[in-house]
Amino acid sequence: MRLVILDDYDLASEWAAKYIRNRIIQFKPSAGRYFTLGLPTGSTPLGCYKKLTEYHKNGDLSFKYVKTFNMDEYVGLPRDHPESYHSYMWNNFFKHIDIEPQNTHILDGNARDLQVECAAFEQKIAAAGGIDLFVGGIGPDGHIAFNEPGSSLVSRTRVKTLAKDTIVANARFFGNDLSKVPTMTLTVGVGTVMDAREVMILITGAHKAFALYKAIEEGVNHMWTVSAFQQHPRTIFICDEDATLELRVKTVKYFKGLMHVHNQLVEPTLSVKDYTD
Amino acid sequence: MPSNKSLSDAPITQFVNCRILKDHRLQREDLWVREGKILNPEKLFFDEEGFADHKIDCGNKIIAPGFIDVQLNGGYGIDFSQASDDIIGGVALVAKKILEHGVTSFCPTLVTSPTVIYHKVIPEIRVQDGGPEGAGVLGLHLEGPFISKEKKGAHPAQFLRTFNAGVVADLMETYGHLENVAMVTLAPELANSGAAIRELAGRGITVSVGHSMADLSQAEEAVQNGASFITHLFNAMLPFHHRDPGIVGLLTSDRIPPGQTVYYGMIADGIHTHPAALRIAHRAHPAGLVLVTDAVTAMGLPPGRHTLGQQQIDIQGLHAYVAGTTTLSGSIATMDMCVRHFREASGCTVEAALEAASLHPAQLLGMSHRKGTLEYGTDADFVVLDDTLTVRETYIAGQQVWRK
Repeated sequence: MRLVILDDYDLASEWAAKYIRNRIIQFKPSAGRYFTLGLPTGSTPLGCYKKLTEYHKNGDLSFKYVKTFNMDEYVGLPRDHPESYHSYMWNNFFKHIDIEPQNTHILDGNARDLQVECAAFEQKIAAAGGIDLFVGGIGPDGHIAFNEPGSSLVSRTRVKTLAKDTIVANARFFGNDLSKVPTMTLTVGVGTVMDAREVMILITGAHKAFALYKAIEEGVNHMWTVSAFQQHPRTIFICDEDATLELRVKTVKYFKGLMHVHNQLVEPTLSVKDYTD
Repeated sequence: MPSNKSLSDAPITQFVNCRILKDHRLQREDLWVREGKILNPEKLFFDEEGFADHKIDCGNKIIAPGFIDVQLNGGYGIDFSQASDDIIGGVALVAKKILEHGVTSFCPTLVTSPTVIYHKVIPEIRVQDGGPEGAGVLGLHLEGPFISKEKKGAHPAQFLRTFNAGVVADLMETYGHLENVAMVTLAPELANSGAAIRELAGRGITVSVGHSMADLSQAEEAVQNGASFITHLFNAMLPFHHRDPGIVGLLTSDRIPPGQTVYYGMIADGIHTHPAALRIAHRAHPAGLVLVTDAVTAMGLPPGRHTLGQQQIDIQGLHAYVAGTTTLSGSIATMDMCVRHFREASGCTVEAALEAASLHPAQLLGMSHRKGTLEYGTDADFVVLDDTLTVRETYIAGQQVWRK
């Protein structure tokens, strides 16, 4: 893996956004060849989405030939509920950029047959040619998407019941009323994300530090599902100083020492303005 | 772009680079319009996989709901209280001109008039939607004749009336019929007014107290019977007194039935009300303030002598007087001037000033589910303003009907 450590949340968000931007532009997406992006929700990627929006508004990045697949969505929450992941993606990302509605894919938590919906989502990913870059976060319990502790490391898109930890963590979005938090979600599986050609995990904040430690310094373990990416050929973890608080000094020093290499991935930052064909 | 999977073929317009008045705040959001209504872009994106056909760059201007004037007596030489040969044409002329002031809907107002005028004029002025031809008519505002002799202001004394025991008969005999009537102003101290208020309110007509000598308890009783508005607060009523606040006391009365709001009209032209009085009213009850012009025939015309109702008036600068007296005879201010003056005089926020001319009158008339807001699904009547609150463009049903 690559572990990229930035000083604070804003710098980490910006580095991640630049990375995504460069990836898309280098790919030179077109009508016949879309760039497929897996996307997360939650508070961690907000800074990254803001930066990507800024790049779009400056004319440096276009999402016209990008297809997106979100990781998850609550079951039973109305699609226009302010806390649904559809609302999140619209308000924080889609409404600010030039992505076409039919190129966005978010699981439908109100589908009549949830199993069929999950299977269909896997098919849509396959039909799009697989995911080029899957961006994700990590829960305080080490989960990727809603693959709670105990999830199979080869799982596919399916219905999951949320762990108590996750419900408590989400309560702040539902007025701190535990009874209002959805208890089930549709989520991509660990295996689904592992199939992506590249995976980027964003981890910021001291409350994620223990999960990061478990994910990269301990073994592959279905209790900390992000650890599965130790077996992915191309994973990049982007974090801030606070998220490294539970890591060994040796690990942190090693990867900080590699920053000059990592930075070559984002500098120079490319722009679509330079590719006018 | 591939074809738009919209539910409708109607073109979708997206207004970008603007600040819109939504949820009582100016927000940096785009405004989406389709088929004359404000469209929900998130629903469009996910449900219909739709997108905009046209984008209009607003140059970072403000978009507010179109202004609603519930007290407009005429203008540009037209007097709604005159039984002219072409009543419909007269209303249409004013309706078209007021688009320049950002008014997208209004209530043509008739002052105290003889029965024959009511019988002639009322049937001709219908509720109708606005459009490129002019602002929409929400219904008539009948200011009188059941008002107080002592507080008639510019209204002609000889046509004032009182209620007899048969209140409904009185109303019908006076007005002819009440179709297309949105509001009636009356003096609640008149005998049997309670029954009249209940009758009118029961028909969905907004009842306003004004041109009255009522004390606070009479005014409160009127509200309990269904009155919900005060016609031009401070003008043509007893002044506020600390032991009997009069009608002005309704602003802070504790006898208003729960769930009911008393709205009050303010002519914020800098002439009809001293700015300090405007501020007192605004601070006492900001949610109820409704800006009205009470503009008269001479609005829009040059200085000189003109006709209002059955009387003559003199225009001098920004003032309009009953000819030969110092009694004010309505104003010649325009709605956008009132919005600007209100903001300056009260120091209120831009949002509050805009809502006093749009949301509050819509709430007063029970129309806020359709007008006076930029909520999804409401009528796309709005104005584009610059930061000095000067109207630059007016839209009705999503169509540009005037530009500066």
